[in-house]
Amino acid sequence: MKILVGYKRVVDYNVRIQVKSDGTGVVTDGVKLSANPFDDIALEEALRLREKGIAEEVVVVGIGPADLTAHLRNGLAMGANRAIHVTTTDAVQPLTAARAFLKLVEKEQPGLVLLGKQAIDDDANQTGQMLAALWDRPQATFASKVEIADGKATVTREVDAGLETIEVELPAVVTSDLRLNEPRFIKLPDIMKAKSKPIDVVELASLGVDSGDHLKTTHYAAPAKRSKGVMVKDAAELVAALKQKGLL
Amino acid sequence: MSERETMEYDVVVVGAGPAGLSFAIRLKQLQPDTTVCVIEKASTIGAQILSGAVIEPGPLDALLPGWRDNPPPICVPATEDEFWLLSKTGGRKLPVPPGMHNHGNFIVSLGAMCAWLAPQAEALGVDVFPGFAAADTIFNDDGSVAGVRIGDMGVAKDGTHKAGYTQGIDIKAKVTVLAEGARGSLTKQLVKRFGLDKDSDPQSYSIGIKELWQVPAGRVTPGKIVHSFGWPADNHTYGGSFLYHLDKDRIALGYVSGLDYSDPNYQPWEAFQQWKNHPHVKDLLEGGTILSAGARAIVTGGWQSLPKVDMPGALLIGDSAGLLNVPKVKGTHQAIRSGMLAAEHLATSGLAPAGFDAKLRDSEAMAELKKVRNIKPAFKKGLWFGLFNAAWETVTGGRSPWTLKNKADWSSLHKLGQCEEPKRDYVQPRELQPRDRLAAVYFAATEHDEDQPIHLHVADTSVCVDKCATEYGNPCTRFCPANVYEIVQDEAGKRLQINAANCVHCKTCDIKDPYQIINWVTPEGGSGPNYQNL
Repeated sequence: MKILVGYKRVVDYNVRIQVKSDGTGVVTDGVKLSANPFDDIALEEALRLREKGIAEEVVVVGIGPADLTAHLRNGLAMGANRAIHVTTTDAVQPLTAARAFLKLVEKEQPGLVLLGKQAIDDDANQTGQMLAALWDRPQATFASKVEIADGKATVTREVDAGLETIEVELPAVVTSDLRLNEPRFIKLPDIMKAKSKPIDVVELASLGVDSGDHLKTTHYAAPAKRSKGVMVKDAAELVAALKQKGLL
Repeated sequence: MSERETMEYDVVVVGAGPAGLSFAIRLKQLQPDTTVCVIEKASTIGAQILSGAVIEPGPLDALLPGWRDNPPPICVPATEDEFWLLSKTGGRKLPVPPGMHNHGNFIVSLGAMCAWLAPQAEALGVDVFPGFAAADTIFNDDGSVAGVRIGDMGVAKDGTHKAGYTQGIDIKAKVTVLAEGARGSLTKQLVKRFGLDKDSDPQSYSIGIKELWQVPAGRVTPGKIVHSFGWPADNHTYGGSFLYHLDKDRIALGYVSGLDYSDPNYQPWEAFQQWKNHPHVKDLLEGGTILSAGARAIVTGGWQSLPKVDMPGALLIGDSAGLLNVPKVKGTHQAIRSGMLAAEHLATSGLAPAGFDAKLRDSEAMAELKKVRNIKPAFKKGLWFGLFNAAWETVTGGRSPWTLKNKADWSSLHKLGQCEEPKRDYVQPRELQPRDRLAAVYFAATEHDEDQPIHLHVADTSVCVDKCATEYGNPCTRFCPANVYEIVQDEAGKRLQINAANCVHCKTCDIKDPYQIINWVTPEGGSGPNYQNL
């Protein structure tokens, strides 16, 4: 079985996000970028399935500008066999990503597509679901456990009420939740090995997918600052203050 | 346990700062076939680099002649210099000392500059590995340095191995180049092991604390450079500020305190925040926001404190060696210079470190330090004496027949009650953010997995509560800019609590602790501050 893994590059979770002064986006110049944490988890799961002998090949896929290569090399250093770099300089919206994945799925014929449940930049949580619909195959989202046997995946999902276990026929789309696994550390010798692993480069347009403009972002703004608090001496003063504000 | 994996290079460089990267670039320019790797503990290049920074471009011109056509992302030509003696509410503008004229220099973010240098090194075939900490040095049978051992990943706080445990590999090399910056943890071990400092004075240091601000439009004069001394420092504490006007309504500002201060109650971080409340500074910052903040020890011992910089199998360059020029308030040009010189030495010596020490001492880098060697130490005798002496040394070009001595910084701390508490005329309450050190740590974006061994080794914590509390009042709780050290009281009594996850890797504790029982070691690779454009 071949596993296709989505590997998006986002602003690192440690970075304090700054909104551009004109409100057109967030500052990404000189900012640390790294793999979407949920995508690292998806890749780790794919690698474990390969190590168990369930999969033979793990392919990481990234969609973005030319300098995405270095990011894909990290995925290769973690252990993926090869990478596909879909090039575009435009911002990629979920539907565009799903359409691009569909084209790659048709070409690569994977038994499983593993994606992060969402990316921590736009928090859209849509690409996996859209891909499953376009592909007309089952989906198992928010996975915290994946078991594969007899052409089926048994997936434990993290849902509001607790855990839900479902069975889907392969090929299918599975999206990873936080507790699925803990990604491995990259080892130095593997960084060197990754340098010689293949990265196929295809233009987004050559897949017959346009970058589209399905969602219009009107503006970005930082959350409103919390107004200054008031210190109260004791409970009585607190009650009085709350009453005065009409909260009690 | 399986045998430790090994990688081999001709040269391994510890630290991807200006010295280490310049070294790697120069060596590859001279000898493209030599294999070179650079190990960096920060998760990304530049994330743990902090400097003012105004740089002299000469050495960079020599290293990368075309750099001005493709400058680093923050690079503002210096336009005007100001030098102030501050009082609490005003001050006096003084003539700019000759060493501090910055015409022709550039204000940069050194972090951004290193992130710009690294790909240029990679393009020449250097392997640059961010996110890997050189935890230890390894040795050959003959005692020479054989390379470095990368720290293990996935070790729990109690030392047990977590599920993802990954053993660090050994990097073996003919030459190990230490470019760790001030008070490097491996450099410290090697200086001791090889007695590199036996013919030099002890090294001395300052702590620099810096913030980057975005201020309302119209206040910034790009390229303007303002240095000050005086308030809020008292006459016996070496303290001064820098304030650099960048482009895009950004200001880089910081405060440097000499770690040879004597008052155990002195708080470098508080001195910085106090200075920000001076009307000259506050009026610029008010209504703006902090983008990034951090702190780093600075090496200030200069000419007389330079240890021997070569040893069997290894070299020291940049601030690991101690080449910063204090009166110029600059070290980057010296770092680049020493990196290039080391590369040129290895290229001609067939990768033999011996002889580099003599070459460095004979170089422009050391000539520059010799001229100014007596300026910083004289400030120990007070501000006015220091200024008078600085003027003398400057006029004579450092030709005084004497050389003032440096003492170890930790030894200058007075015990509680043994020194007169200096009068500090501080502003109360302060208004600008951040409110306290913890709030400032947030702007350093520092991150350590909490479940890892504490990387600040305190040899004997009973000293803290039994001895230090009464003798010095636990100065670690005050000199640390990140509030790592706390004395807490619980059922078992008072004890030292080390909030290692807050650490910004400035190394001040390792330097200033009066009992010299704190040892800073590398945490898990990739841990630590994530500075943006500092």
